[in-house]
Amino acid sequence: MSSSQAVPATHLREPDPYKLGRAPYHGGSGHGHGEPPGHGAGGPASKRVIVGYGFWIFLLSDIVMFSGFFAAHAVLQDATAGGPSGKDLFDLSRVAIETGLLLASSFTCGMAAVATEARSHLWTQVFLLVTGLLGLGFLIMEAQEFAAMIAEGAGPQRSAFLSSFFAVVGCHGLHVTAGLLWLGTMMAQIFVKGFRPNILRRLLCFNLFWHALDIIWVALFTIVYLIGAGA
Amino acid sequence: MSADTNHDSESGDVAPGVEGTSIRAGVQGYLIGLGLAVLLTAASFYTAGSGWIWGPGIPVALVVLAIAQIGVHLAFFLHITTAPDNTNNVLALAFGVLIVALVVGGSIWIMGHLNHNMMPMQEMLQMQR
Repeated sequence: MSSSQAVPATHLREPDPYKLGRAPYHGGSGHGHGEPPGHGAGGPASKRVIVGYGFWIFLLSDIVMFSGFFAAHAVLQDATAGGPSGKDLFDLSRVAIETGLLLASSFTCGMAAVATEARSHLWTQVFLLVTGLLGLGFLIMEAQEFAAMIAEGAGPQRSAFLSSFFAVVGCHGLHVTAGLLWLGTMMAQIFVKGFRPNILRRLLCFNLFWHALDIIWVALFTIVYLIGAGA
Repeated sequence: MSADTNHDSESGDVAPGVEGTSIRAGVQGYLIGLGLAVLLTAASFYTAGSGWIWGPGIPVALVVLAIAQIGVHLAFFLHITTAPDNTNNVLALAFGVLIVALVVGGSIWIMGHLNHNMMPMQEMLQMQR
């Protein structure tokens, strides 16, 4: 009663919070040592934790998939086949604006999460709407960039470098598009169903997804655009 | 954070993206993250645009800045921390980083050596004659 019940509230002040020096677990012998032997072994976690963790695993596998596109781009960066290189094509001020839009949308998405924690319908919807508009602005700028490049004959079929460029940046753009569809769905679901536990879990996953997109964009603007334009 | 989400702490684990603080602290965390991310982004674009770093060192500086910014995003936006309730999340992240490093680093390494060792196409054609 005394020691085991106090663990959740005070685990940050424990001398061994990671339970590295855990006592041997006498399973099922009825000893009742009380102390759970380690993370996850004290009983099943709540559904919110399990859903969030599972989605985190999905996001990491998505990032692993992106790493393949990044590797292809890094290998094919100089394979321009006599066509235009990154130095000729990339407009870094446009990339800076795109970066700002996506970073701001990541921030407003976090604000929506804070508003959800406070159970404020109005502010959650407002911040989700701002997030969506910023994301839409990002997508429009990217589409304009792609259209301009294709119009001047630098489409994906021009060289291996451009194929890999359109693959990696386009894949990120597709993710943003899917995220926008998801965001619209979430806004409608909050409007119709309110803050039910399952809706809250979906919102948590959407937040993770949107922040992960911004992480991929950080790698993208650095490796593809900044290094590509300078090299 | 209200009481009905705090029951997570009973199991000793926390989902990624869950912060568990007041509104004020939550907004503050996101603001700090935004400020640091803006600073690092500005530093990246400035480094690429101006010649204040020795030319061949620019890609290295950019990669370092990007890794720092990804760390900021993970800590302040995704709330992946080193706290005991985050061990599972951090372990999954570590595995993801390992795979990404193997795929990207291995590809660049192997393909660089291949390009280096490959005979130029002209010479190859001449030998076949």
